[in-house]
Amino acid sequence: MIKDLLSRWPVIKQIESGSWRGTGEEAMTDRTKSLKPKHHGAEVAKSVCPYCGVGCGQLVFHKNGKLVSIEGDPDSPISRGHLCPKGADSFELHTHSGRLKTVKYRRPFSRHWEDIPLEQAMDMVADRLWDSRERSFTEQQDGQWLMQNKTVAHLGGATLDNEENYLIKKLFTGGLGMVCISNQARI
Amino acid sequence: MPGLGTSFGRGGATTAQSDLANADAILIMGSSMAENHPVGFQWVMEAREKNGATIIHVDPRFTRTSAMADIWLPLRAGTDILFLGGLINYVLTNDKMFREYVLPYTNLSTVICEGFRDTEDLDGVFSGWDDIKKRYDHSTWQYQNVETLGYDEGHYGGGGHGKEGTGTSHPNGCERDETLQHPRCVYQILKKHFARYTPEMVEQGSGIPKEQFLKVAEAFTSASGPDKTAAICYSVGWTQHSKGVQIIRSAAILQLLLGNIGRPGGGILALRGHASIQGSTDIPTLYDILPGYLHMPFFKSGHNNFNDYILRHKSRKGLWFNYDTYFINLMKAWYGENARADNDWCFDLIPKLTGDHSHFGYWLDMREGKMDGLFVLGQNPAVGASNGRLERTALSKLKWLVVRDMVETETASFWYNSPEIERGELKTEDIATEVFLFPAAGTAEKAGTFTNTQRLLQFRELAIHPPGDARSDSWFMYHLGRRLKKKVEGKVGKRYEPLQKLQWNYKTEGPLKEPSISQVLKEISGWDLTSGKQVSGYKELKGDGTTASGCWIYSGVFPAENLNKALIRSPKNYLGHGWGFSWPNDVRIIYNRCSARPDGRPWSERKKLVWWDEEKQEWTGIDTPDFDKKKRPDYQPPEDATGTNGLAGDKPFILNADGVGWVFAPTGLMDGPLPTHYEPLESPLHNPLYRSHDTNPPEDKKIRPDNEYAPIGDGRFPYVLSTYRLTEHHTAGGMSRTLPHLAELQPELFCELSPELAADLELVHGEWACIYTPRSVIEARVMVTPRMRPLWVQGRTVHQVGLPYHWGYNGLVKGDVTNDLLPISEEPNVRIMETKALVCDIVPGRRATGPEALKQWKAHKEEAA
Amino acid sequence: MTTTAFLTDSTLCIGCKACEVACKEWNELGDDGHTWTGLSYDNTGAVGHSTWRHVKFVEAAPLLGFGGNAPDLASWTFSSDVCKHCEVAGCLEACPTGAIVRTEFGGVFVQPDVCNGCAYCVVSCPFGVVQKNSHDGRAFKCTFCYDRQKEGLQPACAKACPTESIKFGDIEELKLAAQVRVEELQSRGMQDAQLYDPIETSVKGLHAMFITRGDPKQYNLPPNPEVPTVYLESAWKSSALAAGVLVLGGLFAFLGSARR
Repeated sequence: MIKDLLSRWPVIKQIESGSWRGTGEEAMTDRTKSLKPKHHGAEVAKSVCPYCGVGCGQLVFHKNGKLVSIEGDPDSPISRGHLCPKGADSFELHTHSGRLKTVKYRRPFSRHWEDIPLEQAMDMVADRLWDSRERSFTEQQDGQWLMQNKTVAHLGGATLDNEENYLIKKLFTGGLGMVCISNQARI
Repeated sequence: MPGLGTSFGRGGATTAQSDLANADAILIMGSSMAENHPVGFQWVMEAREKNGATIIHVDPRFTRTSAMADIWLPLRAGTDILFLGGLINYVLTNDKMFREYVLPYTNLSTVICEGFRDTEDLDGVFSGWDDIKKRYDHSTWQYQNVETLGYDEGHYGGGGHGKEGTGTSHPNGCERDETLQHPRCVYQILKKHFARYTPEMVEQGSGIPKEQFLKVAEAFTSASGPDKTAAICYSVGWTQHSKGVQIIRSAAILQLLLGNIGRPGGGILALRGHASIQGSTDIPTLYDILPGYLHMPFFKSGHNNFNDYILRHKSRKGLWFNYDTYFINLMKAWYGENARADNDWCFDLIPKLTGDHSHFGYWLDMREGKMDGLFVLGQNPAVGASNGRLERTALSKLKWLVVRDMVETETASFWYNSPEIERGELKTEDIATEVFLFPAAGTAEKAGTFTNTQRLLQFRELAIHPPGDARSDSWFMYHLGRRLKKKVEGKVGKRYEPLQKLQWNYKTEGPLKEPSISQVLKEISGWDLTSGKQVSGYKELKGDGTTASGCWIYSGVFPAENLNKALIRSPKNYLGHGWGFSWPNDVRIIYNRCSARPDGRPWSERKKLVWWDEEKQEWTGIDTPDFDKKKRPDYQPPEDATGTNGLAGDKPFILNADGVGWVFAPTGLMDGPLPTHYEPLESPLHNPLYRSHDTNPPEDKKIRPDNEYAPIGDGRFPYVLSTYRLTEHHTAGGMSRTLPHLAELQPELFCELSPELAADLELVHGEWACIYTPRSVIEARVMVTPRMRPLWVQGRTVHQVGLPYHWGYNGLVKGDVTNDLLPISEEPNVRIMETKALVCDIVPGRRATGPEALKQWKAHKEEAA
Repeated sequence: MTTTAFLTDSTLCIGCKACEVACKEWNELGDDGHTWTGLSYDNTGAVGHSTWRHVKFVEAAPLLGFGGNAPDLASWTFSSDVCKHCEVAGCLEACPTGAIVRTEFGGVFVQPDVCNGCAYCVVSCPFGVVQKNSHDGRAFKCTFCYDRQKEGLQPACAKACPTESIKFGDIEELKLAAQVRVEELQSRGMQDAQLYDPIETSVKGLHAMFITRGDPKQYNLPPNPEVPTVYLESAWKSSALAAGVLVLGGLFAFLGSARR
């Protein structure tokens, strides 16, 4: 045990290494010597930055179902591994403390939010959507098929996936006859 | 989009970002690319390092982009068409046209019909202007000898996103004058239209000193010809104007004249702002189009059927000859076996449009209490949309509101902490709106594709599951749809049929029961119903109901059972082939037939991209040819040929019915076949060109008591105001003001103004100022900087004030909502609001809080000029 | 092990601050508070214990060559400041606990498991880089992403930088590249382009060099940075001399009184 203690003593290490300065490896702790990048051994998912339209490639490092870090993808012919400050902050975007994790519900005239279970929220939304549609659906105009609902609207899409936008348009327009559909684009 | 769509055929950027490195000159305008697309900007820098390219930035402010440019020109906000028109005039006056390109590849030689009158003839409007209905009849804009179906009444309520297929239904019959002498050929009309856009006029109207303008004009237009190309990059600095589409048209005309479209280092790079805003127009969550830029049908009494709809939009020549095929494939994807020829492919089941159902269209109905419910998915209009006060007040009239986001946005919390609550205009206990706020998954927590600014689909793999009850929007839509389908089980009635017949059988995966994203993407890409196999691309789609595809322009992204091209990651060349899937057909630089001469040889070794291989009898090259691979360059179509067979071998713009780039746009736009300078809706100055029309005639101002405008030259609001973005934040701030590392980079809202204006108004750097417009008042920190400059315009000094718009009342860093200052307005084609040029007043001091703020604002409005 | 270095070419910097954020993300640093400084677009202020890359914004008189096209227009330049990882490092020389070490890559690394927060390093840095975190009690600065370098990865800031203004690699190669680049810039009319790598002072050169335009002082790069321990030799000599004088003086005093 004394031998072990002595061998770890920097002075001894300095003498042994011949480096009298004590500012190199002889002064390094085990932690320093065994330092590894935090994504060592992590799995990688290929992804794309959620911010602007450049579409920088991102590598999402994760271990055991948790995010470890998000960096640029050096293989991308568009971004070549680089990211802007927003893209570089994608990890924080996913993990910051202000992120919502439960469904919040506000009753009419209420002054506060309540948390409600997800499935219940889905049932309530489906009911309201259906009621509104039933109340105001116009089948015909001038005796011809109009099949239109104008009292329920949708807004959003530029940050959504193509598959999501596809399902939105398919269900809302193709299934329910909603025509008030818009997003951040127009041009 | 219609700016690019009408000019070239497709509404999307024409090139890839990495191709900018091949440019010999780059004009960045209507964009601060280094700030808002920083990683894309590396290619601009590379163009300089590699080619010695001249980088030109034209902007009301000296931004981080201007700092990297070789030349910066200060511009009065809203005078972009004056500047671009000045460049067009320069090209025409100094014979800088790339003639060998322009004559075969554009409609410069086409003769327009006799009834056409230009704005120069009619003091600011084209022929066909109806001053009572406030819109144009396009019949006098058509080609000589070409019939047109004209526009429906209903269309005037509609949007311009879809590509018009009609209007040039018999292009072979159109008259051309290759000598360009005919008084009504496009060339002569163009010359006359832009005759007064001289360097002197540019200086007078926009404030750009004449010598500097000429320096830029020479630098940009010299980078043209067989050996040189120049590119233009733009973003919302061009689109968010009352004549935004026309600004882009000006750039399109310029690039056609200089022969830069479809060539390496050339083109127009539309820099889109969101991760998948291109995707959200391709597979649109927009009211007036269907996937692949098909039109949503407008209700037209007596013509409300499939055949009339197809007749309206199909063209005889060019790719839109297959309009019906693409539509049928969409219906098959939506309704499966239920869509058949004998029921017109379920045409009757989809809703018909009857007016303006866009954001502002229905929002005003919402304000009047006519709407029941609203879904807001990943958008934050309480901060991000014009006239914040009107936007948020409208929300309080809804019966129910569903918001899905990663954080509690200002839209979700309007009922307890918005400025209207603070000012006492709204009371929480009086607001009946039921609000649901669903937590949303982040991009690492869901698989799916984004389509970026260069039309590239990139698939994201799932990394981890979202936390708690957070879910993706596909999960939400799928399970919502499942519940709704249950509600219509067994019900009888036409109104239930769309939902009953809708194909909604997605497999679910994983512990959260997410719908299979691969399955959705395969549906979008298309398959053969008889064999069950995926199709390889849109050319395999048939109009007989045996194939289906949710979006024909994306067809080919998933061409085989286990081949997802959006996920492949093996780039082979600088254009990025082998990485993702670029629509159409993995073409990276569209219209690339233009990169070869009419005879098929490259214009030069330096600028070769795609060329005709005489030996193999096919088109080949560095890019996938955006052309029929086997069509000979000298092919001449028989008289009755249809589709792309109806286009000759030297007609590169295959979506246009005449196969050429449109310098003059006979159809497709609501506000003119050519761009014209008009002042912004609010301006300190009158239109220097036309006395009778200060602003874009068909523009819809939506004037109402809560959406007032300042008349031109209003003394209460003497300064020009422009709003913009910063690198450090993203749109309405939900994804940046909530994050500590980004919030600290730009913690407070500030305004930028010149030292001269600061001295005039005793505004002190670092202190506070109130900015007033006819809509509201906000406060911001004062940043006095020489990067803002007073301009000398029409004999007087014009000061400009700049405001970034990212702040709101939630998040780690808060601030007033800049968009509260803006009015709701609708550009005539796509209904976008004007954010880039309006008027304001600015006064030192802090804004009052509570009800006092309203009084402060009203008092300012009422004071005499 | 090759000695690695940074070459920060501020003529390529677009002032985006990706380097600041990428570094904070990788190293899990906190924010510096949310205060608007009004110093152009710079709200983080300086390099410190929780900001290891800091972009300086300089609005100045126009620089000819590129940027601005008329004499009375402003110009705006940006440069990303970082620990210089000096060849002779003041912090390393001053550290009494052996917390600060020179890695095999030539970088200067503060071992957080050894540092006792004495802050000797803070006053010894000629660039004002290393700073003590008063909540935590220890001193922190750029680690040169030692953990990443150990696996052959580049530092987070260099990887993120959109325009490759931050270059990372072998120090000799970068020194050569810097020379070539400065010549190139000067040939383009930027006579004021220069390399900042003070090899003549006691710092003896940096492992994080800078190419800047105009006076490097604007970017927090002082003209003659010296390592305070360089004065040690003369300080010891002076002390020895003083001690000697005192001893002699004392001796004289005693001898004098003894004689009397």
